[in-house]
Amino acid sequence: MQPDPGADPIIYFDNAATSWPKPAEMIEAMIGGSPGRSGHHRSLDAGRIILETREALAELFGSNDSLRIAFTKNATEALNIALPGILHSGDHVITSGMEHNSVMRPLRFLETQGVQISVVSCSGDGRLNPEDVLAAIRPQTRLLVVTHASNVTGTIQPIAELGQIVRDHGFLFCVDAAQTAGALPIHVDEMAIDLLAFSGHKSLFGPQGTGGLYIREGIEKHLQPLMMGGTGSRSEFEVQPDFMPDKYESGTPNTIGLAGLGAGVRFVLAEGVEAIRSKEEGLTERFLKGLASLKGITVYGPPDAASRTAVVSFNVAGVSPSEASLELDERFGILCRPGLHCAPAAHRTIGTFSRGTIRFGFGYFNNDEEISFALEAIQSLAGGSTEQ
Amino acid sequence: MEQQKYIVFLFPSVSHTLKAEKILKEQGIAHKLIPVPRHIGSDCGVCLRVTADRQDAAESALQGRVNWEEMVFL
Repeated sequence: MQPDPGADPIIYFDNAATSWPKPAEMIEAMIGGSPGRSGHHRSLDAGRIILETREALAELFGSNDSLRIAFTKNATEALNIALPGILHSGDHVITSGMEHNSVMRPLRFLETQGVQISVVSCSGDGRLNPEDVLAAIRPQTRLLVVTHASNVTGTIQPIAELGQIVRDHGFLFCVDAAQTAGALPIHVDEMAIDLLAFSGHKSLFGPQGTGGLYIREGIEKHLQPLMMGGTGSRSEFEVQPDFMPDKYESGTPNTIGLAGLGAGVRFVLAEGVEAIRSKEEGLTERFLKGLASLKGITVYGPPDAASRTAVVSFNVAGVSPSEASLELDERFGILCRPGLHCAPAAHRTIGTFSRGTIRFGFGYFNNDEEISFALEAIQSLAGGSTEQ
Repeated sequence: MEQQKYIVFLFPSVSHTLKAEKILKEQGIAHKLIPVPRHIGSDCGVCLRVTADRQDAAESALQGRVNWEEMVFL
């Protein structure tokens, strides 16, 4: 499989934000018409494209019913259905100290509405200890929401273990899989995941503006939708349908985007998540080893590539993250992301608030040569600084 | 010649209908998507039509995989 041939001579290490390049078949899938919701054959073709995307995602996530997946414009929207939809005044929610603002901002809002929040501290490399989650459980606990892997350090949380705890105690488990859908194996049943929010434009190789929420059977009865409106079903009634996926899919869908997402997910299924993971882990390991041999570099998160996604946050002594990223871009053509990455809690945990970090997010289309080149570039940045 | 008898399956949504269509296609059971006839529903959606002799095969193919709301003789 070849990436889109329109690629510029750059080194793209911002895959944790949006993957690039995309598989050529993803671009091809988005070319073509997408009429709206009617019974005529062109409209049904659009519906079939969306169904195929749903089916591919269900296969990827180990769900036997594709209709359990509702599409949204991104993982943030999915989390904004899940969190305010489940949590009400008097409820208690547990989360981790490594969350993105897509989790923390809805939770902080809900806190003003009477929801009790426990933010369980993580270790310095971002790991959440299941024992600490156990200790935080109260009679009013309604939900555990955690990121599958940190967007700052890549730290992978013990999702299956956490899921078992939640199941044993009879509350709900919401996983933010923005960083991991397509990059790590996810099985909603084996991991006891009740709500899975995912992003389409990262490791699923879809376009921006796509994402979704898997909702375990029965939960939709108690989960308010974020938006209501036309669904092309039950049109004679003026109340929102109460079934999946229509309850959460009001208005004309992003058919063109979902066509692209479907092609992206099929690409992932064809390559295999294990193969993708193996390649990305190899790149990450090579980079971590290379960084360890450089002076003046601080690396955050777990020391081994196996405990993280293909995300590495680091700092160069004497150079601010924003200066470093500008240098990397202008002098070396290396595109990455500096700063706080919309996750102040995670930066507090790893001790980089408010300085931030330089974040490299590798992807399936990166290669060893790019890693070696980047290490030389970083060495040159570090060489120009006073070691601390 | 005796007039062909049909059964239509009515589903909660287009997503359900298209999922059912995919299942019947995979199983090689002849079918057709048609707009919901006005006399059996006021919805603006589509339903799945099979000939009466394929009713059992269609039912067992869909059972447990996609829920239908009604099965109506045309």
